[in-house]
Amino acid sequence: MFKRGMRNILLTPFLIWAGLFIFIPLIFIVWYGVTDYDGNFSLTNLGLIFQHGYWDAFEISIALALVSTIICLLLAYPLCLILTERERDNTTIISLLFILPLWMNSLLSTMAWQTILESNGILNQILRQLQLPDTHLINTEWAIVIGMVYNFLPYMVLPLFISLSKIDKNILEAARDLGANYWQTFVRVILPLSIPGAISGITMVFIPSLTTFVISALLGGGKLLLIGNIIEQEFTFQYDWHIGCALSVILMIFIVLNMFLTTAFDPLKEDAV
Amino acid sequence: MKRELIRLENVAKSFGNLLVLDEIELSIHESEFITLLGPSGCGKTTMLRIIGGFETPDTGCVIFDGKDITNLPPNRRPINTVFQKYSLFSHMNVEENISFGPKIAGKSSDYIRDKVKYALRLVNLDGYEKHDVTKLSGGQQQRIAIARAVVNEPKVLLLDEPLSALDLKLRRNMRRELVRINKETGITFIFVTHDQEEALSMSDRVVVMNQGYIQQVGTPENVYNEPENAFVADFIGDSNIIDGVMVRDKVVRIFGREYPCVDVGFPEECPVDVQIRPEDIKLAAPQEGAFNGVVTRVVFWGMSYDIDVEADGFQWLIQSTTGRTVGESVSLHVAPENIQIMSKPQSEDEEVAQDV
Repeated sequence: MFKRGMRNILLTPFLIWAGLFIFIPLIFIVWYGVTDYDGNFSLTNLGLIFQHGYWDAFEISIALALVSTIICLLLAYPLCLILTERERDNTTIISLLFILPLWMNSLLSTMAWQTILESNGILNQILRQLQLPDTHLINTEWAIVIGMVYNFLPYMVLPLFISLSKIDKNILEAARDLGANYWQTFVRVILPLSIPGAISGITMVFIPSLTTFVISALLGGGKLLLIGNIIEQEFTFQYDWHIGCALSVILMIFIVLNMFLTTAFDPLKEDAV
Repeated sequence: MKRELIRLENVAKSFGNLLVLDEIELSIHESEFITLLGPSGCGKTTMLRIIGGFETPDTGCVIFDGKDITNLPPNRRPINTVFQKYSLFSHMNVEENISFGPKIAGKSSDYIRDKVKYALRLVNLDGYEKHDVTKLSGGQQQRIAIARAVVNEPKVLLLDEPLSALDLKLRRNMRRELVRINKETGITFIFVTHDQEEALSMSDRVVVMNQGYIQQVGTPENVYNEPENAFVADFIGDSNIIDGVMVRDKVVRIFGREYPCVDVGFPEECPVDVQIRPEDIKLAAPQEGAFNGVVTRVVFWGMSYDIDVEADGFQWLIQSTTGRTVGESVSLHVAPENIQIMSKPQSEDEEVAQDV
């Protein structure tokens, strides 16, 4: 559309931005990660991840992120299926239900969950009114999972909704025409065609869940440390940039590997959302 | 007469306040190529969808082989569809698309492999099994859609304007192919189109529809040569339609002059629509023919000329292989057997939208 010279001019502002605030910081992080305090090249800090304490945090981070992602997928998929099946235009409902929570400060909503889940919180008060036993959710893994699901569900719903609504209704009629009942149409046509959306959703929920430190700090009560909390502490309490950066690098490598693996399962690579 | 396969009985369908089909009575025979022809919005696609099971009629029923299938879902009808936009499964290759139906039906893999090969040969795409459907041309995708439908050995194939997305040359080619596949497989074809040329050149019978009503059912020659009303006459081919009065059997009065024709059975002094095809009008020197006039416009179409002649205040359309010049005085001559007399519509329901 644009001539070469024009294209370069239009790209320049972003290239400057990306260079200054994405590329250079990335180099710094990697540099700090692979050097020791004297500035010599060293892989010791990268190897720390296998040490007790760090590894535990890494493991529990992956586990909680996985559980949250699965719960988000299980909540979002049937919902999107129903919303796209209707003949009406559901864009308004979608935006009300799922974009609106995004406008709300996530710190605020996480703190709200704190007051709901704590020992004398809203949830337990309601349970007591109903003569039911108390729950002990605050400062547990489950509280963190609830916080993650609440905060990241919209990122699962949106790509899934888009990929499901992109499926041509004629194709579903073609499947019915060729003898498939509702279930067979779902398994053979809808499900495979929605995989690109599901993959985007999984990536967009899994990564922030894996790296969060706010949700785990507020709902885990500082007892459950995720890898995000460890990195935060290295920077803000220990002032050890080398370890902090090394752990960040490990996390980045893990995420990139994961994205490669998930897209490898995508049957429709070219039209991924 | 061939055996009846499908019968529509008093079918009507509305969407909201909009009546799309009414009083539909139609009998479709085994192995025939029948075309539903009409302008957009005439209800032809809705009729096809009712036969396919994608819509349920408000009243009336669909009888298939003697059984009422009105409420049977599409997956349980021995009917397959070729959709307008092909609707191939983009996540499957050619072979997987074609074997979709037989797989659902639980056929053995040997059977499926043979059938896919046969279906691809039928549509002239041998060896395309592993191709990606999204990378095929429009014409090839169309053929795959046909193969995917006929591989299930349906009793009936529904085709919803399948050629409208193809370019002219390809469309001509596919017309011939479709007729061949119809004869070769013996599957009943129900073909929907708004293109009268397609309808005339391919069909055994044509169902002309307008505004939800069937206007005429007949062979292509039948609906072209003996249209039952002005809509059919006007929609199929070009026509000169003139108000006339039937004086008595075999005599019609046009523009105050009595003229011989071949139609009988109308009441005396009955107002009628008179239809004369533009190719049936011969141009002659002034005073030699029945009507004198002046050439007002000439358009060259390659094979023939369209010539407009104004005579008796009426704009005649004439098709001729020889050209004329604008302003030339001519006279028009029509053989009595080329004058088609049609009853005027009794009500709006019977024949609507003369202005289409």
